[in-house]
Amino acid sequence: MSKSKWSRGVAVVGAGMSKFGAFPDKTSRDLVVEAFKDLKKSMDKPLDPKKIEAFYLGNFSSDQFEKQAHFAPILASWLGLSPISAIRVEDACASGAVAIRQAALAIASGEYDVVLVAGLEKMTDLHISEITEVLGTAADTQFEIPAGFTFPGFYAAMATAYMHEYGADRNAFFDVAIKNHKNGALNDKAQFDQTIEQIREAKKARAVKKGRPEPTWKTDLEFLQDPKGNPNIAWPMTLFDCSPVSDGGAMVLLVSEDLAKEFSDSPIYLIGSGQASDGALPERETLTGIPAAEKAGKQAYEMAGLTSDDIDLAEVHDCFTIAEIMASEDLGFFPRGEGWKAAMEGKTAREGEHPINTSGGLKAKGHPVGASGVAQVVEIWKQLHGIAGERQLPNSPKIGLTHNVGGSGQTCVVNIYERRD
Amino acid sequence: MSEFALTNKEFFRALGVGELIGSKCLDCGEVSIPQREICPVCFSQRTEIVSFSGQGKLAAYTVISVPPVKMAKAGYDGKNPYCVGVVTLSEGPRISAQILDMDLAHPENIKIGTDLQMAIIKREEDGIQNTYLAFKPA
Repeated sequence: MSKSKWSRGVAVVGAGMSKFGAFPDKTSRDLVVEAFKDLKKSMDKPLDPKKIEAFYLGNFSSDQFEKQAHFAPILASWLGLSPISAIRVEDACASGAVAIRQAALAIASGEYDVVLVAGLEKMTDLHISEITEVLGTAADTQFEIPAGFTFPGFYAAMATAYMHEYGADRNAFFDVAIKNHKNGALNDKAQFDQTIEQIREAKKARAVKKGRPEPTWKTDLEFLQDPKGNPNIAWPMTLFDCSPVSDGGAMVLLVSEDLAKEFSDSPIYLIGSGQASDGALPERETLTGIPAAEKAGKQAYEMAGLTSDDIDLAEVHDCFTIAEIMASEDLGFFPRGEGWKAAMEGKTAREGEHPINTSGGLKAKGHPVGASGVAQVVEIWKQLHGIAGERQLPNSPKIGLTHNVGGSGQTCVVNIYERRD
Repeated sequence: MSEFALTNKEFFRALGVGELIGSKCLDCGEVSIPQREICPVCFSQRTEIVSFSGQGKLAAYTVISVPPVKMAKAGYDGKNPYCVGVVTLSEGPRISAQILDMDLAHPENIKIGTDLQMAIIKREEDGIQNTYLAFKPA
């Protein structure tokens, strides 16, 4: 039984995104326009932009990445939406899902009927060391960053605690990367359109072309285990354990449930939503999971009146491979300490019992931080409508979940979407 | 009475003179590091500064080959990585710190649970002498 306290329900009537990648010739405005066009294309009824009453922007740090603060009204104006209310929300990498949740709450309250939500980040204009510094400001800059921690470092530390606690095999992390690249290779919006196998073979060919000895990697695992092919970033997290630095935008149009059919013949409904927070990594009750994710998930399941067994697919925040494994446990798909085995056994693949990150995830699709939480909904939209192409799940999925984490786990938002026939 | 106040910057002033401080709640007994004016467990505003022994055990770690700007300036890079971790202090709470004297060439051999003792790192940065918390095997 649903236990929603919301005054009225909220529906998604369109979802679109720009291509994710590194686009030196584009600005944020171009990415937002590209996402808006894609959103309109996703709708089965024409959208009159004059009906949009508010604009929520999920963005981590345009002020640091682009030296542009106060971006929501500028982007609203760029889309011709002035003078509607325009708000930017920031909770690090969870900014996108936080924006969706805040927009949904504004609709549920009765204040607005029609709200446009964008997620956006333009990261690649800065040098990589500057990008690392900017991302570091999402952590505790007084007590964690001066110790020498980086974002890969936080997740790497959780990975060592996880391996120690559960005896996990490091190859499980690589299996997550291999799976997500396989999915991403089937997603034309993804930053990486290659499987690990294709990347491996290309590297071998390049070595031969340059007159160097051909690397002997016979399998993806051999390649990923070789520091010459896959260098260390923050042990045990290697280059291929990390999501990339990306530019991208994504959008969803939310409306009150009673108006949904005016905007779309095939809306999907936001039936569960939860959000929780936590302190810096040392303060948490565990280092082998993300407590805020478990709590946000419980809230969302309770509101929807569902359990993890009811979820047909999940888009989870795999900023690093270990993060996907912990998410699969925090969300209840697998018992504590079993997520790594499930990843190795293929249970989270498209053919598995709990498909995770059919889009390629942050790992392969790309991770423009403020956009990621919104882009997750684009994949749920596609899968629930049966239009995900070659990566489409069989058996007509009806319920999809998104899990969007900020920082190393200081924020988590879990949302659950349903298709009704 | 401790010579250190409960305000935030005092943690680093104490570290500068080689002391690791936190706070204890006078109502529920919760021990926190860094020090808190409001107890995070019972919300009491009656807390006092306590000194930590500087002993603990390694709870989680990583060996970083791609450092942030400050650590790069301190000389760390892919060829000269460093270890950073989370330490469970003998008084109970955990804290982040650089971990010294570890086998950086074989990170898989670094043992969670290793007994550690506080060490202090002093680094001159942009003409200023800064103090950082670190730990090394006890």
